[in-house]
Amino acid sequence: MMNSNSLLSEVAQVSGEKVQACYQCQKCSAGCPVAYAMDILPNQLLRHIQYDHREKVLGSKTIWICASCYACSVRCPNNIDIAKIMDTLREIASRSGIKPGEKDVPVFHSVFLDTIKSKGRIHELSLILQFKMKTKDFLKDAGLGWKMFRKGKIKILPSRFGGGKEIQEIFNAFEKGERR
Amino acid sequence: MKDISYYPGCSLHGTAREYDDSIRGVSKLLDIGLHELEDWTCCGASSAHCTDEELAIELAARNLAIAEKSDRELLVPCVACYSRFKAVEKEVKEHSKKVYFPYHGNVPIRYALDFFCDEAILEEVKKKRVKPLSGLKVVCYYGCLTVRPPKVTGIREYENPQHMDRLMKLLGADPIPWSYKTDCCGASLVMTRTDIVRRLGGKLLSMAKEAEADCLVTGCPMCHSNLDTRQDELGKEVGDNFDIPILYFSELMGLALGHKDAKKWFGHHITDPIKVLGAKGLI
Repeated sequence: MMNSNSLLSEVAQVSGEKVQACYQCQKCSAGCPVAYAMDILPNQLLRHIQYDHREKVLGSKTIWICASCYACSVRCPNNIDIAKIMDTLREIASRSGIKPGEKDVPVFHSVFLDTIKSKGRIHELSLILQFKMKTKDFLKDAGLGWKMFRKGKIKILPSRFGGGKEIQEIFNAFEKGERR
Repeated sequence: MKDISYYPGCSLHGTAREYDDSIRGVSKLLDIGLHELEDWTCCGASSAHCTDEELAIELAARNLAIAEKSDRELLVPCVACYSRFKAVEKEVKEHSKKVYFPYHGNVPIRYALDFFCDEAILEEVKKKRVKPLSGLKVVCYYGCLTVRPPKVTGIREYENPQHMDRLMKLLGADPIPWSYKTDCCGASLVMTRTDIVRRLGGKLLSMAKEAEADCLVTGCPMCHSNLDTRQDELGKEVGDNFDIPILYFSELMGLALGHKDAKKWFGHHITDPIKVLGAKGLI
């Protein structure tokens, strides 16, 4: 029986995936292009979920390093959609209050969502500037930005369009908890 | 004349403008009328679905709801948007998910590369090709989400896809077999863990160089940006020098179909394609 408060059951409920089916063949980790940068390999992460090691899993670098390329998901002999589980873990981790194992990745996601909320579409320049305000790393990629500007790749002003209001409706409904 | 709805997505209004321009250009030459969705908004990729899946569904579904007001198919050139739209379609169709703006899963969602590889379109391309891309050696780079996961993309040959290779052959180019067709470039980490992107991208370009490709072809704005704009950094990472133009499949289609603006599209690239294409007598 699965303990209904366990990380295992929470992951199963949110993702619809069967973490218990993992028998540690390690095919996911063998084909993962970013495994070298992880602190816990994908197959190990699944085992930690089975053991309900909540802090270890939700505080890992791994869940933020995963690039969502789905190589693991298509190769798993037990059809576990591991990339989808990573999404679920990032979602649970963001709500958990546990300190994230990677500093900038969750910050980027929250800036990205703020940009959608305020503008309706991603205006790349605003997104980058907002992100830099948070990380205080203003010099990184500055030269590249200039090169791209000269090639006409950087749009200075956001597009004008009328969908922004409806996007705010969606965000407001979520913030008020009406859409859960 | 075929009419189709069009969702360009945020990248195509910014860094990937040559992808947008070439998709529009090629469509016109092939007699396909593109109808951009009115007041479309961001699909939420790649941040919404790893922060709040329910929110991610609503952000994507709003656009599908707009598309569903007509009976046209929906053309989506960005794979990140495409992947999200397909995920939402699945939720609504198979799990009877109810969404805020009325959408019932009745819009055929077509990723641009798949759409332009349809038999009927390939026949048109064959008829209208005026400048075969003879002697141009290309490696087709599909990346991740154009083929994976197959339950979303419907691609059967997801470990060794062939459709872009077939398209390139039809344009007269020479697609070279290589083993990095579907390896990830790390795009989602470009702002946050650029070191990882340098390593993955460096490896990809090394393999393209080893295959002696004149250029690498893609249909993903994130892969394009990663591989086109940072070649000096990627080279440093793997101890090599790269000068490999990264082209959108639609740009090469435009070139073979004799589109007058092709040179303008190439002018937006950081790694200049004009040199290689000029040397082959294609421009």
